[in-house]
Amino acid sequence: MLKTEEQKELEEELKLVPYKKAATIEALKVVQKHRGWVSDEGIKDIAEFLEITPDEVDGVATFYNMVFRREVGRHVILLCDSVSCYILGYRKIQEEINKKLKINFGETTSDGRFTMLPIPCLGTCDHAPALMIDNDLHRDLDSDKIDSILEAYK
Amino acid sequence: MEKPLTQHIKPNEPPMSLNEYEKVGGYKAMQRALKELQPKDVLKIISDSNLRGRGGAGFPTGMKWSFVPMGDNAPKEKYLVCNADEMEPGTFKDRLLLEGNPHQLIEGMIIAAFAIQANKGYIFLRWAYKTAAELILKSIAEAYNAGYLGKNILGTSYSFDLYLHTSVGRYMCGEETGLLNALEGKRATPRAKPPFPQVSGLFGKPTIVNNVETLSFVPHIVNNGAEWFKKLSLTGEGGTKIYGVSGKVKNPNTWELPLGTTMREIIFEHAGGMRDGLKLKGILPGGASTDFLTEEHLDVNMDFTSVGKVGSRLGTGTLIILDDKTCPVGMLHNLEHFFAQESCGWCTPCRDGLPWVEKILLSIEEGDGRMEDLDLLAYHSKELGPGRTFCALAPGAVEPLQSSLKYFREDYEMHIKNKRCPWR
Ligand SMILES: Cc1cc2nc3c(=O)[nH]c(=O)nc-3n(C[C@H](O)[C@H](O)[C@H](O)COP(=O)(O)O)c2cc1C
Ligand code: SF4
Ligand code: FES
Repeated sequence: MLKTEEQKELEEELKLVPYKKAATIEALKVVQKHRGWVSDEGIKDIAEFLEITPDEVDGVATFYNMVFRREVGRHVILLCDSVSCYILGYRKIQEEINKKLKINFGETTSDGRFTMLPIPCLGTCDHAPALMIDNDLHRDLDSDKIDSILEAYK
Repeated sequence: MEKPLTQHIKPNEPPMSLNEYEKVGGYKAMQRALKELQPKDVLKIISDSNLRGRGGAGFPTGMKWSFVPMGDNAPKEKYLVCNADEMEPGTFKDRLLLEGNPHQLIEGMIIAAFAIQANKGYIFLRWAYKTAAELILKSIAEAYNAGYLGKNILGTSYSFDLYLHTSVGRYMCGEETGLLNALEGKRATPRAKPPFPQVSGLFGKPTIVNNVETLSFVPHIVNNGAEWFKKLSLTGEGGTKIYGVSGKVKNPNTWELPLGTTMREIIFEHAGGMRDGLKLKGILPGGASTDFLTEEHLDVNMDFTSVGKVGSRLGTGTLIILDDKTCPVGMLHNLEHFFAQESCGWCTPCRDGLPWVEKILLSIEEGDGRMEDLDLLAYHSKELGPGRTFCALAPGAVEPLQSSLKYFREDYEMHIKNKRCPWR
């Protein structure tokens, strides 16, 4: 079952759509916001609430790259791997993070602090290479800056 | 030089509040449209201005709006959607307008919605644009408070509600029918056309989808007229353009310049030319899904027709620069990895072809390529071209590929002959 808070937020969303199923993406966002990721349990909870099948919910969930169907760390590092950041050397940044945290794309640190994922263009190509951690954009990266950036996320 | 879109945008400063925007003439065009003009008058001004969509395809905006059913027999519910998904690699122009002047966009949307008599609108925003999301929400709230959104705007009979929708990722959310599916809570796969969204779009109702930059022009055209707009450009296509440059240039950034400014001026004057010690090797003139051009094309005017004539597209007008110290095969591999990953899987050529292309490019990059692979890449360029798939993702994906085979063939061959990447 969805938590009371989750239900409340979703009720608000339902006011804006003509039928329940149309709120599937909003429901996934709400569950991810409260639980950090969307587990099988989360999928079932949403399906029940929207009166559709879990498969229908999962079909939508697995399509989008910002819906996490696997558990992620407390902070998610989204490193842009698109073309301008490629030219400006995102790979060096990736290596630096790998050296510091011992994680590669798709992996989480053993203390559950960070997950690193590749992400397509963050729309800040004039400041490549770039990455996002949680809600913060970090731009004009070079390897020397990585330490102090990571430091801020406990 | 007039810069209507960015005249009130100051770097590193927050955008204008509603009051500040009004002091410089903001929301005047909206007032005039709703109080003095009929929807068909607004449509006429936009059509006469020759405004062409800035989302990448350059479709004439007035013509697009004219397909929406109007009058007493038209469906009561209609929608206007602003496409602010901006996920094409190398594209960062809409961010400037979204963060720099959200009221300009909102005013443009109210006028556009009035012209097609839509009562509901959405700004479909990319999740990564967190600052823009906050600013848009604040501006929408201000516009409601001022009575510019909501029921009976300015005491007229016209009502318009505007919502912000933030996406959960995927390039296909930017494709207009994929976007509509995402707004309906579904997978962002495209829809078969016809019917076109102008007739049957969001929730089956007539819907217009326009880009941020396109809609931001609307108040200025209503204020200053079609002739003024046409004269802004250097080559007669109308208006200014937000151009951008990324890659190893001295001053990567965005600028509003007359439509039709040459690539040479954009790259060498505004972006400051190449960083020291580097030479320009190739240009993707309008984002990741456009054909490469090279040094010989520097004097081409960056407008829809001129870039088309030399075999590429204006696209989003954001140039990506390839320098001589970056491996073109590696760059292509990076580009095709993106397209293969973002394919929605609906059409077989795209779903199966793009990962194949990606693998071939990887093997060439790693020194395991064969000469026949170049024929295979050329084959895919054809088979994934226009007319074979539901949407423009696959044709867009092969534009940089086919042109790289033309301009960087020697580089491909060197990888294959020497069995290694010459840049490593
Ligand atoms: C795969 C794909 C992604 C697209 N992404 C965007 C986008 O992020 N923003 C945009 O305005 N148009 C995008 N487009 C183009 C839209 O489908 C549509 O043509 C455009 O929003 C229309 O706006 P306009 O007429 O104002 O140019 C994309 C097209 C394709 C095929
Ligand atoms: S071309 Fe590719 S992205 Fe577009 S509909 Fe077909 S499979 Fe999907
Ligand atoms: S390519 Fe990395 S931000 Fe655009």
